[in-house]
Amino acid sequence: MIRTRRGKFGTCVIRDSAHVASSVPDELVHVDVLDCSVPQYNNRLDTPLPDVPFVRNLGADQKKLKEKEKGAWTSLSKEEKLALYRLSFELTYPEMKRGSGEWKTVLGGIFFFLGFTGLLVWWQRFSVFGDVPHTLSPEWVEQQTQRMLDMRVNPVHGFSTKWDYEKKQWK
Amino acid sequence: MTKKRLVMFRAAVRLSVSGVRSLTRSRPQYAAPLAARCYSHGKQETDEEFDARWVSYFSKPDIDAWELRKGMNTLIGYDLVPEPKILEAALRACRRLNDLGSAIRILEAVKDKAGPHKEIYPYLIQELRPTLNELGISTPEELGIDKA
Repeated sequence: MIRTRRGKFGTCVIRDSAHVASSVPDELVHVDVLDCSVPQYNNRLDTPLPDVPFVRNLGADQKKLKEKEKGAWTSLSKEEKLALYRLSFELTYPEMKRGSGEWKTVLGGIFFFLGFTGLLVWWQRFSVFGDVPHTLSPEWVEQQTQRMLDMRVNPVHGFSTKWDYEKKQWK
Repeated sequence: MTKKRLVMFRAAVRLSVSGVRSLTRSRPQYAAPLAARCYSHGKQETDEEFDARWVSYFSKPDIDAWELRKGMNTLIGYDLVPEPKILEAALRACRRLNDLGSAIRILEAVKDKAGPHKEIYPYLIQELRPTLNELGISTPEELGIDKA
């Protein structure tokens, strides 16, 4: 498994090598050891030509292709040219710059936990809290409001200015 | 002539510590600002000298793979898009080294260097077209790798 670390300019491929002694990056062998003492391949926008090609150990077909590369490139087909490119490089520039869908996961997670919190709050309201004080009952509030009007609460700009004392109704 | 915002190839120039370098030569209708960096001492390299230096670097007949990589990675590190003649020398160096993959990679890299200035890359390809045809280098678009 090729582990990748997302860096600022692209993905750095962590090449695992089974043979620490041979120290040759081999994308087909997977182990946990990253040999930092040898040049490594990396996908970086600011380093178009990395120190080593992506594929070091060529198969027979690939070797043949490399031989053909020594001749005129006009005789190569598009697929062969693409294969040569892919031998040297893992990701193309657009692939390096491609975004991930991670933001959807993040946003989804945010909404999920917001919703979960909402459920908790709602459950809390009817299962944990006791009754509301009697001073909030409609009858009390009605009498309270009448008293406030009688007292002329905030008569200049506030509460009592909203009540029409002649018509005995809200303005 | 309406001056399009940032169409000049030197538009990516910022006053960096390394000084202002030339980009691809602007087309006649776009005004080219002069490099305005003032050094306290030392002669400032002109755009032509910069270009010539890089062309001769890549034109070394026995250039080796390391020098090609080092040259390209350094060139891409500069705050400019290289002139077509520099790129032509680099592509020919790839040919001498029998490295088609790197040639295509160079084209991808300069397209990326142009950033939001989408008109630079087609211009470069237009200027490089004779070389591309002669050497048989396909552009990333022709190979279909210009889309992720």
